[in-house]
Amino acid sequence: MLSRSNLLKLLSAFFVFGAWEVAGRIPVSFAFPTFLESMTALSILIWDGTLFTAYGETLRPLVVGILISGFLGIGIGLFIGLNRKLDWLVSPIFVVMQTAPLAALIPLLVMAYGIGLTSKVFVVCIMAMPVIALNTGGAVRNTPASIKEMGLSFLGTRSDIVLKIVLPAASPVIFAGLRLGISAGFIGAILAELKITPTGVGDIITYSRSIADYPSMYAAIFSIIVLAVVFLNLLEKLERILFGGLNRGYASE
Amino acid sequence: MSETKQISENAVEVRNVFKNYGDVEALRDLTLQFPKGQLTSLLGPSGCGKTTLLKIIAGLIPATSGEVLVNGKPVTGPGPDRAFVFQDFALLPWATVLRNVAFGLELRGVPKPQREEIAVKYIKDVGLSGFEQSYPHELSGGMRQRVGLARALSVDAQVLLMDEPFSAVDEQTRRKFQEDLLSLVQNENKTFLFVTHSIEEAVYVSDQIAILLPRPSRVSEIIRPTGFRNKDKDSIRRDAEYLDIVDKIWASLRTYVE
Amino acid sequence: MKLFGYELPQMSSLILWGLLWEIVGRLEVTFFIPALSDIFVTLLEISTTKVFLTALSETGYAFLLGTVSAIVIGIPLGILMGKNRLVDELLLPWVNIFLSAPLTALVPVLMVLFGFGLQAIVITTALFAIWIIVLNARAGVMQINRSLVEMAHSFGATPKDAFFKIYFWAALPEILGGVRIGFIRAVKGVIIGQLLISIVGFGALFELYSSNFLMKHFWAVLIVLFSLAFILAEILAYLEKRVSYYASRRAA
Repeated sequence: MLSRSNLLKLLSAFFVFGAWEVAGRIPVSFAFPTFLESMTALSILIWDGTLFTAYGETLRPLVVGILISGFLGIGIGLFIGLNRKLDWLVSPIFVVMQTAPLAALIPLLVMAYGIGLTSKVFVVCIMAMPVIALNTGGAVRNTPASIKEMGLSFLGTRSDIVLKIVLPAASPVIFAGLRLGISAGFIGAILAELKITPTGVGDIITYSRSIADYPSMYAAIFSIIVLAVVFLNLLEKLERILFGGLNRGYASE
Repeated sequence: MSETKQISENAVEVRNVFKNYGDVEALRDLTLQFPKGQLTSLLGPSGCGKTTLLKIIAGLIPATSGEVLVNGKPVTGPGPDRAFVFQDFALLPWATVLRNVAFGLELRGVPKPQREEIAVKYIKDVGLSGFEQSYPHELSGGMRQRVGLARALSVDAQVLLMDEPFSAVDEQTRRKFQEDLLSLVQNENKTFLFVTHSIEEAVYVSDQIAILLPRPSRVSEIIRPTGFRNKDKDSIRRDAEYLDIVDKIWASLRTYVE
Repeated sequence: MKLFGYELPQMSSLILWGLLWEIVGRLEVTFFIPALSDIFVTLLEISTTKVFLTALSETGYAFLLGTVSAIVIGIPLGILMGKNRLVDELLLPWVNIFLSAPLTALVPVLMVLFGFGLQAIVITTALFAIWIIVLNARAGVMQINRSLVEMAHSFGATPKDAFFKIYFWAALPEILGGVRIGFIRAVKGVIIGQLLISIVGFGALFELYSSNFLMKHFWAVLIVLFSLAFILAEILAYLEKRVSYYASRRAA
């Protein structure tokens, strides 16, 4: 027996995909295939392996970029959170980066680093790093004063306090910041493929659009959104399993 | 008996301590003695600097001038001779009760088997046996403060600094805590410094009550209840001297209540 | 941070970074980083040119239209979701999906459906902004203090009164928080839309400048964009702070 909430989710999905199907049959636009056409195209893309090769290529800059921004972002965030002077010096740059439409830097990156992997990794990094660094910094700075005092009063050394108190206390928000960074990284990776050079999934989207194979185009877009959403949801689940009992504070964009 | 206690030496001495935050004078020329083996309350309205004074004694914040002696040695920072019990418990939410209680020893570098053995003993002493593997969020407020107390006891410091330890627990639990605290003072040969804003609580548990008045803080009065200290726990609250002292303190504090 | 006992303003280190930029630019370390002062001179030059003003007004127009529609649709939808469980359960999964989905991937679809023009950019902008606005309005309504609602009923408030005098105000801090993040997302959306549909607004300008290697021009436009985005975010943060005093107290 399905629970009420799952039943409603199914119903809701049925409505939306049904509406998509109907709109495609009317059709609302020559460029709007039906849901079933798109899903057929998706299964063909999966069946002949095109999609897997494409993701192999799309995910490379994303993975490399996230690894770099994860290490650098968390590292810088730690220093920002622990040191007031560094906070004053470095934080404003990330604050500006976080509010700014950094996508506008892409033409410049292409000029500087060409149209290869480097540029794409860079795009992922500039999108993902600010949110990771700022959340890490904030989490470290917001460690409850009383548990730090506790560490001091029980004779903890500076490194004891950072390693045994500040870091564990900050880790839920750091992890959540990392998740937001990955979410932004997805945007960067797709943007890079659509704007810099069409490779991977971006290539499927661009190519099928140019030959007016709209079902394949929709299928590719559908697949990347599903992939991102499923992956980010899994991360959120993991977060709840890891830090379930101690959710203090929220990561912010 | 109280005679001999009073002539015994002081565990903590505060001498002419000043504390300024910028232009704000938090403590002015504060001098106070805390006799060994006794419980001294710091009582006063909020903003009177009692927590500041306790943290200066703990070595968590420096005094602007003046000195604090613990067992005759000046305080320069936190030391093994003092243990702190926090108002908000200050437990590590990601650690079990066992690790929380052993955490003070962990920071002192005591090897794991030893420190856990000690922790288990104190967990039992505060009545939390069976909860060793629980996490703080699974415990009630009162139980959490027992963890905080066990942590402070397990490092075996001579002086226990308690910052409004019972203010975040409900009234019934609080009464039970106060009774337990009386036995603790009697059984452990330790000195207790106890910050509270509850008049009844201070009178009930203290050998000595220092009344602090605000802006800037100074000691206005020191009261030593003598008559009912050795009485049965249940009859203290009906003791005439107890009631008199409560009334007297209220009379001197009421003008400071906004 | 303090210097000689004087508290330095929060963002003041940017001046230091600006100086560093100027020095790097003057030393001609790389072609890609011209001196900051030169960039500002260029900025003054191009700020009166027609292409720049067109780009600015087109972007502003798309941004405004996109965010206004996101607010007009998003806030009532969020409040409805907060008050009606069935609507909430039907829509929440989708809101969450679109909140974390890389919406950039949808831009090609919008391009083929709505043409390579402003319309597609407006919709991109609205799509970037709306989900967080919905979600925050919903959260705001859902965490309204029950005793406030009961108080209103006990004093005989009509449903209309209850809505405008209680629900809206009680949820306002969260709603404004959502609008602020929505606006920041919209800024990114409007630029991403223009980059991909590169024949309007700043998208066209970027193409023009980068294909001609006009570095100073390029940076001048970037600085204008970044400053506008930052100022917008700060203004919204300020507004949010003015009402958040009661939100933080409620959260405690």
